[in-house]
Parts: sequence; structure tokens; C-alpha cells
Amino acid sequence: MSGWWWPLRGYSARVDPASSAAALAGRTRLTRLNRVDRVASRALRWLALLGALIVSLGLLAIVYQVITGASLALHRFGPGFVGRQQWSPATNQFGALTLLYGTLVTSVFGVAIAAVLGVAIGLFLSLMAPRRVAAVVGPLVEMLAAIPSVVLGLVGIYLIAPFALHNIEAPLHRAFGFIPLFGPPGTVGNSDFTASLVLVIMVVPIIAALTRDIFLTVPRELRDGAEALGATRWEMIRGVVLSTTPSGVVVACILGFGRAIGEAIAVTQVIGNITQVSANLFARGDTLASLIANQFLTPVSALHTASMFYLGMVLFTLELSTILLARYVSRNFGRRQWA
Amino acid sequence: MGVSGDADPSFALTPSGNLRRRLAVSRALVAATVLAAGVAVGVLIILVYFVAQRGASRLSLGFLTKALPLVSFGAVSGGIGPAIAGTVEIVLISTVIALPVGVLAAIYLTEFATARVAKPVETVLEVLSGLPTIIAGIFVSALLVTQSAYAAGVALAIVQVPLIARTSAESLRRVPEALGEAADALGIARWRTLTGIILPTAAGGIVTATILAIARAAGETAPVLFTSSAFGTPYQLNPTQQVPNLPVEIYNLANSQDPAAIADAWGAAFLLIVLILLANVGARLWLRHSERKRGL
Repeated sequence: MSGWWWPLRGYSARVDPASSAAALAGRTRLTRLNRVDRVASRALRWLALLGALIVSLGLLAIVYQVITGASLALHRFGPGFVGRQQWSPATNQFGALTLLYGTLVTSVFGVAIAAVLGVAIGLFLSLMAPRRVAAVVGPLVEMLAAIPSVVLGLVGIYLIAPFALHNIEAPLHRAFGFIPLFGPPGTVGNSDFTASLVLVIMVVPIIAALTRDIFLTVPRELRDGAEALGATRWEMIRGVVLSTTPSGVVVACILGFGRAIGEAIAVTQVIGNITQVSANLFARGDTLASLIANQFLTPVSALHTASMFYLGMVLFTLELSTILLARYVSRNFGRRQWA
Repeated sequence: MGVSGDADPSFALTPSGNLRRRLAVSRALVAATVLAAGVAVGVLIILVYFVAQRGASRLSLGFLTKALPLVSFGAVSGGIGPAIAGTVEIVLISTVIALPVGVLAAIYLTEFATARVAKPVETVLEVLSGLPTIIAGIFVSALLVTQSAYAAGVALAIVQVPLIARTSAESLRRVPEALGEAADALGIARWRTLTGIILPTAAGGIVTATILAIARAAGETAPVLFTSSAFGTPYQLNPTQQVPNLPVEIYNLANSQDPAAIADAWGAAFLLIVLILLANVGARLWLRHSERKRGL
């Protein structure tokens, strides 16, 4: 089929019957072509191995550099860094607790909303929508993931933050202000809550795409069987689709969480950049990634820079654990055999 | 029931009682999934509309070619020409690094590696593709110390490699094994089979992956923020120096107090979003076209 393609051009014409016969007879005299082929095949193999090595060594180099970069802070603060609350470049006191808190609050809250939306969209795309509708809506939802975070952050500053402030934060505070979670909102809408909303937009397409693929693996006979027995559409979904794929849904949410904790730019644009632990969802905050984005270019001391590398280490560890957790869940609770 | 056509009072055709409740619950939840899909598409439309409304009017030949003025307060002038050129340059550098590495790693995974070796490499790719992009940024800034277009290219390549490698491996796996086996049966050397039969068959997926990776890299801010943070400079294409680029430009302009600068940010954001969405649509269409052609 690819006769024009140079590796195969005129190739068959050059096969030498005599040498083939010689090879069959067990004699090992190679033609020039055989030798070229042997070298080229071996070279390609080594090249491919080189590619895989570059990738693997690249990851090792990242880990090594980040740890080396953090060494000053590692010596100064040790593992207790994670539990230290203070982050003040002016007094050279650094700790990860506030940022870890901000990261977890925004990501957990964002993923909680995104999980509901994403699973619903996954159900819609895999089971509800006519094929033509799904073929349009599916790619559109995935387009959300393609929007650059800096643009999402820009829209976050000028649309999402004011919207959240006036239509969600202020009314919720008025109605449920006695709950610490819904404390007084700020003046421009920069808050953990706004950051969570931005993260929802980023995570929904991931959860939607992953769950759609999982729901599509549920055999049609099982779904039809449930409906033939008189189950309504929703009872079929709850009884057959969701009950056979809980691990897949959990894995999708974990992977969405992994995406959320790593987002730096869009979050730093809308979160307000204040290192404080506050139960108030509507207060300004900061996350591991967003603090690095905000302060890395303007360090006040070597320890400041090292501490940011330490934050990077914490972030990388978190990310690694989400991947391992996702694997553990899908290995131990997934792969249900269809009876 | 229904055979004779007689109405059976114990089996009404209109749901009642418990069944009516069950159907109501079902309809409500089905409607909720439709609503969720509608919300997602609605958010996409609102986002694009909001950016277009503020940015589209900013686009002009001058805006696309001129440099930003040093002090723009109040005056609507200048443009993002240097940033466009810089983005093209760093994405080019990054793709030149990431494409061969990614495709070779994919070939290794699918064609050469045994299951025992393939697993760790796949894990590495998984970790890399989940790597927070800001870590790619601080890694390269620690590795290369000085900022330059090369540094930005390396940082973006870290983002691109797992994208290209994983999608390419996926598309290599989808090449029917019969093709390779037929080539082996004809005594064709391995490298000829790979470069002449398997890679061309998988080319559609690899090209799609590359287009998507280019679109992704063009919009990434975190990896270039510490590796090529130049902003508002005149045209600068020397790759050993920092080059201005669109994401960093938008990031900085957005924080400005100057309305003209914010208008410029919207213009740049609109350009970026249009190019990236077009690339995504294009990549999808290309994939569909090439898969149909190859009969995959």
C-alpha cells in the first residue's frame, strides 16, 4: 500500500533468490542489502530505546532537580515544613500548611461539583443522547479542557469572580452566614470559592470523558435486560450502569483531582494570593501551585526560593499519590467480569 | 393483556401510583443529565463569547504586528506582534524536541519493549502527563538557570512529550497486527516494516497528537513564566535570550490597572483561544479523515 514510501521502494525486486536459497540452506553469507537492513533495524531499535530512556531520565532529572533546589529548606525545616503554618518571606519563616490547606480545599470543593456535573454528562453522552447529538456535544465538552488556563484566569477575574461575589457568595453569606464556611466575602470576588469554580471548568471535561468511556463498556444486553424487566431509565442506570462501574467513576474523580491540585496560573489569578488558613470559603487564599506562580520570579532570599522548591516537592508527592491511588482503585476494585 | 384489545382495569396503559412516581423520578434525572450537558456547552459558549466580545474588536493588522508601547496609559496603541513571533518560536523549539522523543518512546513501547519493560515506561509517561506544569517551569529554571527561548522550549517539551507519546502509542497499537505479520512473512526487514508500513498507517493519530500538543503548548503559561518571562519588549527572536510570548503577555496585561492594557489582554486572549479551538477542531477532522482513509 505504501509503495511510494522510500523504505519499501523497489524492495521486492532486490530480493536475491540465490541468497534466500543460501540462507535456507543454513549458510550465512549476507548480501549488502541484508547487512544494511540489519544495521538499520538495530539502529531503529536503539533509537526507540533512546527515546524511552530520555523520557524516563527526564522524570528522574525533574525529581532530582526539585529535591536539590529544595535542599536549603529541607535542612532548615526538615519534614516539619509540611506542618508549619507561617509563610512570611520578610522574616524568612516558611511552611506549607496554609498552602496545602488551600490546595485541598479548592480541589476537593471543585472536584465535588465537577464530579456531579461530569458523571451526569458522561451518562448523557454514553446512554441518553442520540448518536449525532453525542458526536457534537462530546467534542464541545472536551473543548473546555483546551481553553488555556491564562485565558480562563482572565475570564475568571472579569466574569467569574464578580459573578460569584454578587450571585453566590453574598446571598449565601446573608442566608447562612452563621456557618463558618460561608463567611463574609471579599470586595472583588477573589476567593477559594472562585478558584474552585475555575477548577470545575477544567475538571468537568476530564471526568465527563473518562466516565463516558467507562459507561460505554457496560454490555448492551445488561442494560436492555433491565429495561425489559420493567426498570425505568434511571433505575436501569442506577442498578446496572452505576452499580457495575463505581471504581471507574472514582478513578475519574481521582484523576480530575490530580488535575485540579496542579493548576497554577488560573488559580493564582482569582484566588487573591494571601497565605492564611480560613474556614471561610469566600476569603482570599493561596495554593501550593499558585504561590509558586506568584512568587517564584521575585524571591527575597535563597531560602525563599528553596522553600518554593519544597512546595513543588509536596505538590509532586500529592500528584504521585493521586496516580498511585487511581491505580490501586482500578486494580483492586475494577475489571469486574460481566456475567 | 392487550391481545384481545379489551381494557384490563388491573393493567392500565397510563402509569399510576408507584409507576407514575418511578417514571417521574426517572424523567427528572434524565432531564438533569441533559441539563448538565447543556450547562457545560453553555459555559463554553459564554466563555468564548465573553472573550470575543472584548477581544475581537481589538484585532487589526497593527495589533497583530506592532510591539506594545513602553507606556500605554490611556492610549490604545501598540500590539502583540513580538509575542506572536515569540510563541511561534518557543513552540517550534519545543515541538522539534518533543516530536521525535515522543514518537520514538511510543515506538519503543509498542514495537520493542517486553511487557516487563513497557510497564515502568508507561508509568513514567502517566506521571509526566499528570505533572503540574508549574513543576516543569521550576525544574527547567533550576536546570538551565538563565532564561531563554531554548529554556522555554524545553519546559514546553516536558508538557508535550507525554501527550505525543501516549496518543502515538495508542494509534500504533491500533495498527492491525496482520500488516506487520504480513511484512514479516515476506521477509521484509524490521525497520522497513516500521517506517514503511506501521508508521504511515498510524500517521493520522500521530499528526493529530502533534497538532493537539502544539495547541496545548501555545497556551501554556506556567512552564514559560519562569523560563521566558520577557514582556512588552520589541521584536526579539534570538533563542539564547528571553522572548516575549502570548501567555505571559496576557498574564501580565491582565494584572494591569490600565484599561488599554486590559483591552490588549482581551485581544491577545481572543487570538489565542481562536487559534487553539481551530487547531482542536482541525485535529479532530483530520483524525476522522485519516482513519476513514486507512479503514481503521
